[in-house]
Amino acid sequence: MMNRRNFNKLLGAGLVAAAAPKIVTPALADDVLKVGFVYFGPVGDFGWTYQHDVGRQDIVKKFGDKVKTTYVENVPESADAERVIANLAAKGHKLIFTTSFGYMDPTIKAAKRFPKTYFEHCAGYKLASNVSVYEARFYEGRYVQGVIAGMMSKTGVAGYIASIPIPEVIMGMNAFLLGMRSVNPTAKLKFIMVNTWYDPGKEGDAAKALIDQGCDIVTQHTDSTAPLQVYAQRGIKGFGEATDMLKFAPTAQLTASVNNWGPYYVKRVQDVIDGTWKSANTWGGLASGMLEMAPYHNMPDNVVAAAKATEEGIKSGKIVIFKGPLKDQKGIAKSTEGVVLDDGSISSMDWLVEGVVGDLPK
Amino acid sequence: MDFQYTSFILSVVIASTPLLLAATGELVAERAGVLNLGVEGMMLVGAIAAFAVAVTTGSSTLGILAGVGAGVLTSLIFALLTLSFLSNQVATGLALTIFGTGLSALIGKAYVGMVVARLPQIHIPGLSDIPFFGPVFFGQDVLVYVSFALVAAVYWFLFRTHAGLVLRAVGNSHDAAHAIGFPVIKIRYLAVMFGGGMSGLAGAYMAIAYNTSWSEGMTAGRGWIALALVVFATWRPFWLVVGAYLFGSIMYLSLYIQGFGVHIPSQFISALPYASTVVVLVAISRDRKRIRLNAPASLGKTFHAAG
Amino acid sequence: MQLKLEPRGFQSKFWSYASPVLAIALTIVTMGVIFLVLGKDPAVSLYTFLIEPLVAENGATELLVKASPLILMGVGISLAYRANVWDIGAEGEFTIGALFGGGVGLAFPDLPFAVLFPAMLIAGVIGGMFWALIVALLRTRFNANEILTSLMLTYIAQLILIYMVTGPWRDPQGFGFPQTAMFSANATNPTIIEGTRLHLGIFFALAAAAAGWLLLTRSLLGFQLRVQGFAPRAARFAGFKENKLVWTALALTGGLAGLAGTLEVTGPIGQLTPQISPGYGYTAIIVAFLGRLHPIGVVFAALLLGLSYLGGEAAQIELALPSAVTGIFQGVLLFYLLGCDTLILYRLRIRSSRPAAVRA
Repeated sequence: MMNRRNFNKLLGAGLVAAAAPKIVTPALADDVLKVGFVYFGPVGDFGWTYQHDVGRQDIVKKFGDKVKTTYVENVPESADAERVIANLAAKGHKLIFTTSFGYMDPTIKAAKRFPKTYFEHCAGYKLASNVSVYEARFYEGRYVQGVIAGMMSKTGVAGYIASIPIPEVIMGMNAFLLGMRSVNPTAKLKFIMVNTWYDPGKEGDAAKALIDQGCDIVTQHTDSTAPLQVYAQRGIKGFGEATDMLKFAPTAQLTASVNNWGPYYVKRVQDVIDGTWKSANTWGGLASGMLEMAPYHNMPDNVVAAAKATEEGIKSGKIVIFKGPLKDQKGIAKSTEGVVLDDGSISSMDWLVEGVVGDLPK
Repeated sequence: MDFQYTSFILSVVIASTPLLLAATGELVAERAGVLNLGVEGMMLVGAIAAFAVAVTTGSSTLGILAGVGAGVLTSLIFALLTLSFLSNQVATGLALTIFGTGLSALIGKAYVGMVVARLPQIHIPGLSDIPFFGPVFFGQDVLVYVSFALVAAVYWFLFRTHAGLVLRAVGNSHDAAHAIGFPVIKIRYLAVMFGGGMSGLAGAYMAIAYNTSWSEGMTAGRGWIALALVVFATWRPFWLVVGAYLFGSIMYLSLYIQGFGVHIPSQFISALPYASTVVVLVAISRDRKRIRLNAPASLGKTFHAAG
Repeated sequence: MQLKLEPRGFQSKFWSYASPVLAIALTIVTMGVIFLVLGKDPAVSLYTFLIEPLVAENGATELLVKASPLILMGVGISLAYRANVWDIGAEGEFTIGALFGGGVGLAFPDLPFAVLFPAMLIAGVIGGMFWALIVALLRTRFNANEILTSLMLTYIAQLILIYMVTGPWRDPQGFGFPQTAMFSANATNPTIIEGTRLHLGIFFALAAAAAGWLLLTRSLLGFQLRVQGFAPRAARFAGFKENKLVWTALALTGGLAGLAGTLEVTGPIGQLTPQISPGYGYTAIIVAFLGRLHPIGVVFAALLLGLSYLGGEAAQIELALPSAVTGIFQGVLLFYLLGCDTLILYRLRIRSSRPAAVRA
């Protein structure tokens, strides 16, 4: 227990320090590069933000004392974002990663004010001379998941717990069903839009609702591990999201699409150190290693083989996911035989492929 | 495709139980005249305490006890400020929610990414295996039965015992109760602590039964719904069951019907639980006589014994 | 030995000023202890949390940017709470206000600034009022508890916002992203100081605080609001119409929140997105209580709370402390203030715990 004398000492120390503030941050040597990260969720979400933080730690591992990394978590995508980003720049961070799509315009605004700072925005589309964008082709992982679901599902109906109707989620649903239909042409996909990225209770309930409606494979596009734990309790199979969640559901997780930002982060830091950083638009997928499939579990060998073959096919370019003929839910052709959708049409996708049950807001 | 009654009902039961637990506690506090808006905060502190202890010891029972204990401790901050320091109950309750959210997040840092075994569902050989009735009536986890038992116990206590009569008297007119010689402050302390314990229990249910991992802010507004349910029930325990299960069903249905591909924007379906809460509140409250009959007249008012 | 509160029978002038000072001092000491427990040097941590954000580049203007919506909403909430109208849905009123105001800006991007911007602000006020007056209607007509209806309406408002920005109002050039187009130059809330984000909001905020103060102390309406809060029965005897006061209080809260919403989306955000508020509506409730439900107190409270957010960020950047520190600071501060305010009306007496023998 703290006695009175200690308490006074503490108080005294506080007053002295407040009166004569010493240097807060120990002065860093000039050649130390400061790298900042802005996170949407808590580092402990064990999903989206967690995985970015794993990438940050890769920088620490690779560069050690030569680089100092800093992060600010739980930054809302409101007016606060620009302040945090600008604050990091003002405090001498030369390279700043802003890791949620809602930071797009705040990043661009802050970049205008700090032309000598390099910015890297995840999941947006606005570039500037000192702003790069980067994103993983998550839909490639969804396609692999779909192939597995197509082979494993007895009902031919899979479920998708969606967050909000944005292109990334829409292309994920489409890729999943296209993968599923590549092995089972009559497969269907049901989805529930939970209108939040993060509410473990609600996500778990959505999983139960989909299972109750006959979905025997479910995947989720939200941030918590709750759905996977429901799959395990209900004895069905599903996939991990953003990170390998096997330990949450050892009997249920088939695989997971793992966002592997580390190599990209390390490379961009190296570019800044070498003075070769240039604004770029990177959309890396399985081939570049920005997206990885977690080890395959809970499935027969032939499915593992098919999943691995699909993975290889996507990497080598033999499998092209959004290739005609593609029809939307109403049967209207979106692409004709053999015509491949370009990246622009994929990244702004606002229609669902034939076989997805449910509407998008118009 | 067949409608799967059994699993539908099981899902609704799990979604409703934390609401019922928290609301039962709040009902007792409000019957004693104390409005504690800190339910959400107490639930979160209960959730992290239960989860931390369950993970560390491997025992759900100890986890549940820790959740209850943490809820009681958190509610004591509220009790101290409102009952001993006579602070405004609305303000203090809100502060408790903000504080509880922050504190649980801070403690929870160390427990992110861990899993506990789910609170087991009971299994009575024979009974639990009866189709439909077995799993619904004899296959829930223990806290589901506890939640019903507690509602019955609270009803019995409030309306069938002398102590319950005193508690209601304190809630109806603290000045009169004090004049008769009842220890108003002491009774209110106990009522608030009971409310805190129940919130903690509800939080424990969220962390080790509804979910089996900890995540920041995981109660996601359920504490507020529990507060609404108390008014919905017009402060009568058995109506809480109706309210909690009605709300749990709507919450679950609002997800469930999306799977059928209805042509309504999902945001509007997601708004259903909240909209229906408003509608139900209006339907209940417009009968002013019934509200006046049941609402504790001293609810939310500060009491200070003269002299 | 036993502590006992004894009514003073009057409001202590001394303690009404000393109580916030004492509360802040106690909060600082408590936070110092928490920092120590977290393994950080308390002095450095407190400096980083409370002082550093102010001396940082643009720190002062950023604080004002953060505080403006809090002041606007805090003033409205204070007035309502004084009349015992417990609206906790300012967050939703902010959102609907931003939708109304922003909607006008999106519909008529080419009107001249002098026409368009005021029209947007008015629309924002109307939007916020509209949302709050639903609560008023439900309370006065149907006797529904406003704490709960206003909160439920906040959840609904958020879903409407998501629907609008992912559906009808989505930027057609925005690659399907859930946001509207940026507001045109004529629909943009101008910045006051070049190179900062300080916008007109601060003027509106200070004006609202001043007007709120005048209303409360110098007008009949203010008097009615206060009486309604202190002594509802006396108010009824005096012939004040309770329902009318409820409508007025909610119209004020909603209107100010709607104004804040429009200023925020047309200012530092510049478009409508799914997340336009980091919880201003809830923080404004703390601001109102911290400011003792007094419009001028609200200004100081908003600055202090704003500082706690900036400080939380600084603590993360400089000291790698978790963001939860901000919430704990706010909770602790409010606890202490609520506790210390007791001293205004009561004095603390230390009594011997032995029962007084005189009675026998």
